[in-house]
This record gives sequence, C-alpha cells and structure tokens, in this order.
Amino acid sequence: MSEEQIRSLERQFEERIARDEKIEPKDWMPEKYRQTHIRQMSQHAHSEIVGMLPEGNWITRAPSLRRKVALLAKVQDEAGHGLYLYSATETLGISRDEMYEQLHTGKAKYSSIFNYPTITWADMGAIGWLVDGAAIINQVPLCNTSYGPYARAMIRVCKEESFHQRQGFEIMMKLANGTPEQKDMAQDALNRWWWPSLMMLGPTDDVSVHTEQSMKWKLKRKSNDDLRQQFIDQTVPQADLIGLTIPDPDLKWNEERGSYDFGEIDWDEFWQVVKGHGPMNKERMKARVGAWERGEWVRDAAMAHAEKKQVRKEKQAV
Amino acid sequence: MLNPFQHLIKKSYTMKNENLYNYILGIADNSLILGQRMGELCGHGPSLETDIACTNISLDLFGQVRSYFQYATKIAGDGRSEDDIAMLRQEREYKNVLLVEQPNTNFAYTLGRQFLFDIYHLAFLKELQKSTDLTLSAIANKCVKEVSYHARFSSDWIKRLGDGTDESKEKMQEAINDLWAYTDELFHQTDADKAMVAEGIGVDVTKLKDNYYREISQVLEEATLQVPGSKYFQKGGKQGIHTEHLGYILAELQYMQRAYPNMEW
Repeated sequence: MSEEQIRSLERQFEERIARDEKIEPKDWMPEKYRQTHIRQMSQHAHSEIVGMLPEGNWITRAPSLRRKVALLAKVQDEAGHGLYLYSATETLGISRDEMYEQLHTGKAKYSSIFNYPTITWADMGAIGWLVDGAAIINQVPLCNTSYGPYARAMIRVCKEESFHQRQGFEIMMKLANGTPEQKDMAQDALNRWWWPSLMMLGPTDDVSVHTEQSMKWKLKRKSNDDLRQQFIDQTVPQADLIGLTIPDPDLKWNEERGSYDFGEIDWDEFWQVVKGHGPMNKERMKARVGAWERGEWVRDAAMAHAEKKQVRKEKQAV
Repeated sequence: MLNPFQHLIKKSYTMKNENLYNYILGIADNSLILGQRMGELCGHGPSLETDIACTNISLDLFGQVRSYFQYATKIAGDGRSEDDIAMLRQEREYKNVLLVEQPNTNFAYTLGRQFLFDIYHLAFLKELQKSTDLTLSAIANKCVKEVSYHARFSSDWIKRLGDGTDESKEKMQEAINDLWAYTDELFHQTDADKAMVAEGIGVDVTKLKDNYYREISQVLEEATLQVPGSKYFQKGGKQGIHTEHLGYILAELQYMQRAYPNMEW
C-alpha cells in the first residue's frame, strides 16, 4: 500500500470516528490505534483480575451471610468483567496468554489502587464506595468509545459497577450508623482510601501523556483533572450524609467555581506505587503468578484431554 | 379443664422441633463449610473460567445455607438470627461431614472433594424434594438445579484431570485415594436423621449409598482412574467430632462476629 493510500485510509478512519461510528474488529485501523487499545483494554482487564485479590481477601471473614454472598457475587462480577474485557481485547489480535505474560512480567500495568491492603471489613465498603465510584467516573464515557467491542463491554461493566458502588456505600452507611467501634472502622477506611482513590483518576493534566490522542479516539472524553473534580464533588456530600469526614483539611466549597477546592495530592506516593513499590505490589503479583504457575498442570491436562477426545471422535468417524 | 397429658404433648412437640432443627443444621453445615472452602480460592484458580465456577459454587452453597438457616431460626424460635446459627456455635456443635472440611491442597483435592460431595448432594436433594416438610422440599427444589450443575462441573473435571496428562492423573488419583476415607460418613445417620426419616421429613441416606458408589465408580472409570479399594473410613463430623481443619475454618468464619459481638453489618 502506498503512503498516499494509507493517509487516505487514516483520513477516512478519523472521519468515521468523528461521525461517532463504531470501529469493529475487522475494520482497517491504524497500528497505533490498535496498540493503544490493546494497552488500555488489557490494563483494564488486568485491573479487574488483580482487583479480585484485595476483596477476595475478606470472603472467608465477611461478618454476615448476607455480606458474604454479596461479596462473592461482586468478586465474581469482577472475574466476569475480566473475562469479557480479555475477550474484547483478543479481537485486536493478541491472545489472553500473551496478555497474562505481559501482566506477570510487569510489562502491562493494572490499576495502582489494588496495591493497597484491605486490613479491616470497612475496606470492603470503602472500595465499593470510593474505588468503584472513581472507576465509574472513568468508565461511563467509555460506553461511547470508538472501538465497538470495548464500548459494548463497558455498558455491561458500568451497570454492574454502579450496583457495586451502591453496595459499598451501604456497607459504609451501616458502619457509620453503628457502634462507635464500627464508626471508627469506617472513618479509618475512608482515611486510608481517600487519597489513593483520587489518584485513580490519573496524573494531573499537565503531565498526563496519553490524553490528547485518547480524546480524539474517544477513549477519553474529559481530562483527568475534570474527572477528579467530578468525583470529589459527588463524593463529599455522600460522606456528609453518613457523618464521615473526608481526610483533607483543605477541602472547602468554592462558591465561585461551584466545586470543592481540595488539598495537594502526594504524587510521589502515586509514582512510587505505579513503579511497583506500593505496599502490596509484590504480594499481588506473587498471588497472580503463583495461581498461574500452580494451575499450569491443570490447564495442560484440560488441553491433553480435549485432544484425546478429539482423536477418539475422529477414530469413531473413520 | 387442663389436659393431664399436656406436658407430654408439649415435650413431644419440642422434641420434634429439636430433631428438625438438628436435621436442618446437619444439611446446612455441609454447604456452609464447603462454601467457605470454595470461597478461599476466589482469585487463585488455575484459570479465569475455573475461578468463576468455583466462586459460583461457593455462592450457590451460601445461598442454600441462608435458606436453611432462615428456616432453622423459625424452628428454634429463640430470637437467634441466621448469622448467630452460622457463626456463633462452638466447634463441637457443627455437624458437617468431615469430607467438606478437607483443605484445598491442590486443584485435584478441591475438585475431588467437590465431586465426592456433589454426587451425594444431588441424590440427597432429589429425595428431599419429596419431604413432607414443605419448606424443606421447596428449598430442595431450588437447590437441585444448582447442584446438578455442580455435579456436572466436578465430574467433567475429574475426567479431564484423570484422563489428561500423566501428572494430572497421578494428582487426581492421589486426591481421590486420600478423600475416599471420608465418603462412608455421608451415609451415616444421627438420631435426628432417624427421627426425621420416621416422620417422612428426612431422607434415608442409607438407601443412597449403593447408587452413590456406582455413580462415582462410573465417573472414575471413565476418567481412567482406579476406584479405591480401602475399607477404612473416617467418621465423626455428624457428631461434632471434626478434623483439626475445622477450627481454622471457624476462626475465619467467626472472626468478625467474635471480635465485634452484637453488632449489625
């Protein structure tokens, strides 16, 4: 293909996106579009899978049967999200095994929030309320993103996430209205998860490297700073409602902006965790790699069995 | 005029309820402890699909537990909640069979335990559907669909692992051999069981035994595995005499209720 032809294809491609048409797996797409989507979608899938660990940590210790069932269902939803996000990413020409390999070797990233430990039951509430809350803000715009399989996956993901968020808030509300011990537990969880949740919305706009291109492809519709502001403005009244205090002495309503002003985020901590030195990075990877390695003989057996069955079937046919 | 036999009627009524209560616990504790075991694996499975399946089985089992214990709270009628019954008994008061408390040593043990329980569980529930106790038969109607799926899932995996690679065959055989000792107890009867069978409420598990071993043997043979010949079996769970594993399971299961008593969650 001549350069002229490629440029023409690229032009048509950009026009289709500008017209809000969906790009489908078999359509022509620029290599950079493909790679960017593989990166973002696999990172999203990995986040779902690694995200199962901090919550899975509390399944055996959930305080009531109702909470246990809800937590199991939630973690199962996350596995399901991982499954169809991996499948959606596979449409771009990469296998799930390759994506796992990238995760296990540290080449692919996942959401840094899951590198924080879940040390009390209230963390299950805080994760649902804050982490899923921030995730929804990130993800709702993706329901209209340009790549069809991703957009369709996100519609389902967002529905379930918003249910998870309400469930998390309900856990927090119950604790906040409970005994002094329970209220302390809730406040402590909010204190620990607040700042990492703000970091989930990504670095500030002046240092974010992917924003401009992603905006064009509708992988992003608002900047990180705008999304963060949206999250804060939405969450502060919820904390007020249940009588918990946001751990930010600089938090103040700004009448003029119609938004909350907030304190400085510790970006050193953010980059430390992103670079692999958060409280749980090593443990999370050890758990994932360990499960993968311990499961190898099981996957091999399943393959071997399927082949044997196939051979038997063919023999019978002959 | 007072019935001179009133105290006897009352006593027999209480006894019936006590038997029914214990009978329900005997059923539900199996699902409770197995659900807890399966819940341990969440996020650690050999593949995403098996992870989802194991979590799903755990979820089904805990759903069943809630139905049984909600019924048990009505029978007990002493103000205890489903969580009190599930999480605030002493170790000797749990009535699950020893099989379900065995650890997730590896995936072969997990699936072997599931398989050996599922085949029993399904046969049991099919009989419980005929119970004269309408609540129990309704619960069984709901559970039987879920457990049919569990049995198909675990049987398929026994065949895959048995008739897979040399390594998987060896691991699967080892798990079946070790877990075999816990199968016989499934068919033991407690006093509560016998009383409930006599009432037409309970299932006579002794009648399920032959068919159970026949079905198990069929799957094992298809999986190219040996049917263990050992005649030495372990028992005690139904009487509350457990293996050393149960204490640790309860330590996690009961942790929040013990550490933060009398709170709502």
